[in-house]
Amino acid sequence: MDCGLYTQKRSIMSHPILETTDLTVRFGGHVAVDHISCTFNAGELTAIVGPNGAGKTTYFNLISGQIPSSEGKVLLNGRDITRMSVAQRTHLGVGRAFQLTNLFPNLNVLENVRLVIQSKAGRGFNMFSMASDHDDLTRPAEEIVERVRLTDQAHQIVSELSHGDQRKLEVALLIALDPLVYMFDEPTAGMSVDEAPVVLDLIAELKAKKDRSILLVEHKMDVIRTLADRIIVLHNGALAADGDPTEVMASDVVQEAYMGKELEDV
Amino acid sequence: MLNKLLSGDMPRSKILAVLLLGILICLAFAPFLFPGVRSVDTAARICVFIILVASYDLMLGYGGIVSFAHTMFFGLGAYGVALASTHMGRGFDALLVGSVSGALIAALLALVIGLFSLRVRAIFFAMITLAIASAVAVLVSQMSGLTGGEDGLSYKIPRELGPAFKFYDGTVLGVKMNGKLLKYYLVFFSCLALFLFMLRVVHSPFGRVLLAIRENDFRAEAIGYRVVHYRVAATCLSAAMAALAGSLYAIWLRYVGPDTSLSMEIMIDILLMVVIGGMGTMYGAVIGATLFVLAQNYLQGLMNVAADAVSGLPLLPDLLNADRWLLWLGVLFILSVYFFPTGIVGRLRKGR
Repeated sequence: MDCGLYTQKRSIMSHPILETTDLTVRFGGHVAVDHISCTFNAGELTAIVGPNGAGKTTYFNLISGQIPSSEGKVLLNGRDITRMSVAQRTHLGVGRAFQLTNLFPNLNVLENVRLVIQSKAGRGFNMFSMASDHDDLTRPAEEIVERVRLTDQAHQIVSELSHGDQRKLEVALLIALDPLVYMFDEPTAGMSVDEAPVVLDLIAELKAKKDRSILLVEHKMDVIRTLADRIIVLHNGALAADGDPTEVMASDVVQEAYMGKELEDV
Repeated sequence: MLNKLLSGDMPRSKILAVLLLGILICLAFAPFLFPGVRSVDTAARICVFIILVASYDLMLGYGGIVSFAHTMFFGLGAYGVALASTHMGRGFDALLVGSVSGALIAALLALVIGLFSLRVRAIFFAMITLAIASAVAVLVSQMSGLTGGEDGLSYKIPRELGPAFKFYDGTVLGVKMNGKLLKYYLVFFSCLALFLFMLRVVHSPFGRVLLAIRENDFRAEAIGYRVVHYRVAATCLSAAMAALAGSLYAIWLRYVGPDTSLSMEIMIDILLMVVIGGMGTMYGAVIGATLFVLAQNYLQGLMNVAADAVSGLPLLPDLLNADRWLLWLGVLFILSVYFFPTGIVGRLRKGR
């Protein structure tokens, strides 16, 4: 199924950044992502929903490059990035935060963020200077740490952080990367009610900037309701619905996709 | 100043600081503190092995890459100096050409192996290095026309580095001021410089990327570091450093052979030294190499003394017989891994 009409309507107000055409991946006989064609625009936050196993995370993996696609293309600003490595895509502007916290556990919080800034600055092959002398990398890293409210823990080893703080850092790494396409995979999963707003406010800030495209895999209805401009529904690897959040959520497709299962309303 | 020299990596433990300073002083003044051919020889060997082990740790402890070809790179440097000195005649130019070409060839070989195998998986690299290292060892012992085969090569090094060259008549503190002394200091200062260089590398932005890759290569790639490129670069650098250590060893010994520079035993020694000293810290190489080389050279003697002391008792003299030194080294190794899984340096820093 194609998401043409709805996308066309929206693209009048903003230009497309990311596009997938017939993106497909098969594992043996199983089609995990089935010919998904979709366009994501600047300034738009798209929530991706669907039951477990619908292919949401796999779709993400195809876009950010962790899994090679069997068929179809991924275009970033019109450029074909389908065969590029994860690192290349990252440099071109596809940034990803992970569902299961995926950090550098024995380094401290600041160093985790600093590594991202250093990557962006292209200074990874600098062998002869001291990393601690690069103040122009450390300062922006400190600012990001401040923005996710982790300043007090800046010098703490990541593996000693609470789960909620690790989730915040996960988001901080993506914000430090500041890509064209932000991909969040359940950013607030397992966070407490007090902690989640920090992350959600940050996402809202990104959205307000209007020049980035945000993809958000999310189960929590209230989050989708407040943040999403658009929802796409995946079912058995295929695109089942695409459109305005309230309309899509009310439609039969969604009810069917979840097979009677209620969306988690937190 | 000191902070810059050590690239900000202070020992961070009083005992460690004292140990390192002690080792530095002993090595710096070895010819004066421990005159005697054997002890100066041991000191030079310690210097060379610190570099060799540190370069291995650059790969293993920082890059998370297991290699079994480190002695091959060591050997390339050693044979580089030996072949250059044999064919170009004695001279500093031969030493320089030999060392530089040895290091370049080692880096190039590491590049080829790395690009070929690190793409897939780090474990694949370990297998490949094992195969290639064995192949090279066989090749060197077979191509006796070029390499001297199992007998190895003896060659002449510049007169200024030999015992016959006296740059000052008479002695200072009972030590003859001859070329042998110069040679020791050539080895010592080269090793010191190489060590400080590697210390800088591991604390550079590049070193931080290696740490990130060791911690989580998946995420390192996702924040934009092309993991395979960094691993290959670390491997090349490590290979070049190992080759330079080999060159220095060849200059010191004036001899190379498969036993001194290529054998699998040295590879195992390197692994033990890294583990005993502590992985992922350059100071681990200093402690590990020093302890191990000392044990290799003096444990037998010590055990002889101990065996004599308990000669009247049953069983003990047999256990302490100098021929059993490997057994005791093994016991020491098991104990150190059991009690200090992070190595001596890791333990000292944690117990602060």
